[in-house]
Amino acid sequence: MNRIQSTFERLKEQGRKALIPYITAGDPKPAVTPELMKTLRDAGADIIELGVPFSDPMADGPVIQLACERALEHNTSLKDVLAAVRAFREDDQQTPVVLMGYLNPMEAMGMQAFAERAVEVGVDGVLTVDLPPEEAEDVVPLYREHQLDSIFLIAPTTTEERIGAAAQYGSGYIYYVSLKGVTGAATLDVDDVQKHLAGIRNKTDMPLCVGFGIKDAGSAAAVSRIADGVIVGSALVQLVADHGGNNDQLHSSVHSFIKGIREAMDNA
Amino acid sequence: MQLDSEYLANFPDKRGHFGQYGGRYVSETLMSSLLELEQEYDRLKNDRRFREEFDKDLADYVGRPSPLYFAERLTRQIGGARIFLKREDLNHTGAHKVNNTIGQALLAKYLKKPRIIAETGAGQHGVASATVAARLGLECVVFMGEEDVRRQALNVYRMKLLGAEVRPVTSGTRTLKDAMNEALRDWVTNVDNTFYIIGTVAGPHPYPMLVRDFQAIIGRETRIQCMEKVGRLPDALVACVGGGSNAIGMFYPFIPDSAVRLIGVEAGGHGLATGQHAAPLSAGRPGVLHGNRTYLMEDENGQIQGTHSISAGLDYPGVGPEHAWLKDIGRAEYVAATDEEALDAFHRLTRVEGIMPALETSHAIAHAIKMAKDMDRDQVIVVNLSGRGDKDIHTVANLQNMKL
Repeated sequence: MNRIQSTFERLKEQGRKALIPYITAGDPKPAVTPELMKTLRDAGADIIELGVPFSDPMADGPVIQLACERALEHNTSLKDVLAAVRAFREDDQQTPVVLMGYLNPMEAMGMQAFAERAVEVGVDGVLTVDLPPEEAEDVVPLYREHQLDSIFLIAPTTTEERIGAAAQYGSGYIYYVSLKGVTGAATLDVDDVQKHLAGIRNKTDMPLCVGFGIKDAGSAAAVSRIADGVIVGSALVQLVADHGGNNDQLHSSVHSFIKGIREAMDNA
Repeated sequence: MQLDSEYLANFPDKRGHFGQYGGRYVSETLMSSLLELEQEYDRLKNDRRFREEFDKDLADYVGRPSPLYFAERLTRQIGGARIFLKREDLNHTGAHKVNNTIGQALLAKYLKKPRIIAETGAGQHGVASATVAARLGLECVVFMGEEDVRRQALNVYRMKLLGAEVRPVTSGTRTLKDAMNEALRDWVTNVDNTFYIIGTVAGPHPYPMLVRDFQAIIGRETRIQCMEKVGRLPDALVACVGGGSNAIGMFYPFIPDSAVRLIGVEAGGHGLATGQHAAPLSAGRPGVLHGNRTYLMEDENGQIQGTHSISAGLDYPGVGPEHAWLKDIGRAEYVAATDEEALDAFHRLTRVEGIMPALETSHAIAHAIKMAKDMDRDQVIVVNLSGRGDKDIHTVANLQNMKL
């Protein structure tokens, strides 16, 4: 059983939901990333989504765009992202790590080389934002061969047929995009999300995690009642932006933000 | 492979691939809109009412057919092949861009979307979009890199006069690629009421296909006009390539005619060796950006690189996927002209023929001049004169240290 699967099994036994924070690797600078991952885990994260910086993050709102720009100011490459995972793994062998990013930096490394190195450093899954199931025919078997999970997005506008494709190709969990828009946009509508999750549930047994529009403990708690996992991205990345200049403040503010969400979810 | 009418009928394939290029590399949030657009376009492109409306607009509103003009004095000066100019600069709004915006705005009308968005570099596509929006009473927002807003002040004002909102984009390199990112972000958010009019033959399927189809009128007319004026097909077609819409519009109907050389001219900037250019086909490698696989300018880590060109309209790190395919199979040739060569061609055509070309177009002129010298006098080159140069006079004046 891989780390993602065993994490969801454990949570299920405990009657809890997965808390999945997202940070962009290399933001505010590469050396901070492994430490920040530990802080996330210590504060109660179950899975960590680590963003691979890209010059043209077309599905992201301004908060994550700026995080990419900060990371790229330090020339954070995919190699550096993998190095950060390796460093984190020296301290942690349990917490699953999912890389989230765009296809081009992965292809630049070579998909085969990327898959090999990712597994070697301890990556558990990959979510490629601009790689829908239709274009993933070659990549999914490659990941499967290396025991990497392929995480796919499902949106409110995804047709039933295409939900089926994501269920067929995907593994690990489904990332449900709660609203139309880019990351960091408006607030989500819990009833609407619940309705869509029910439709997806008919097609797959994979855990359903919800992202986009979860800004605080309240919205996280509300989503944790209806989903298997809660993904927090832009609100967290904004904290990194606000406190990136002061390392102590950065870790303490990130810790208390994630801990607050954890507690709200566990009490939901 | 056989580049006959079968090519014309079958490329791209059902999922938008031209060989390994093209495709639909977008976030899930855009997929349903792209599938809907593809489905509607497949239906409408054979719909008689839609086609008639499109043809009528091209005739009465754009002013087509655009003339094929024999540049006699330029030809005589060079002393080689005869140079003809396909006068897309004479279209309403002054460039080939409007052929496509007319088509896509009609699609927006048939899909009942009250709001259109567009990205623009030089501003020609923005102006063409704002123009059709004004005519159809649609709300129009144009995304334009802050750097281009500065370079193309005249076109920004034109768009505003036409009632469009111009949103300066301050992310990334603040040029065309970033404007496209921002337009995609807007579209994801407002997908219910918004039609995204992409200005070039790039982006996710079906855009490279439908923009090509709307622009292919250029090549179809050229064929007929060349037969009338010369009595045979041309020996070479020359067009500038940024995203590549004017070039593909010119080339596409000639793809099966293997005797006709197809030559795309990219922006060589300060020279390919300097790295400061916008010539992915000449000096880039395949990758994925803006929803399609194509040649890109990227660094060794897969980050998209900043580009440089004297012309804002060519200042883009990617290129349409069909060009990438035509390059790989050897059907089309791609070369580069530098800023300096383009500028020389701008002045030369202005002074010799009284036609002031856009700086984008000047790259094609520069290469045509270069190659005509070595050709026989009975040979024929057709250059796509894709746009007029009024919008560029501030840039040209600045380079001559003149204040207007």
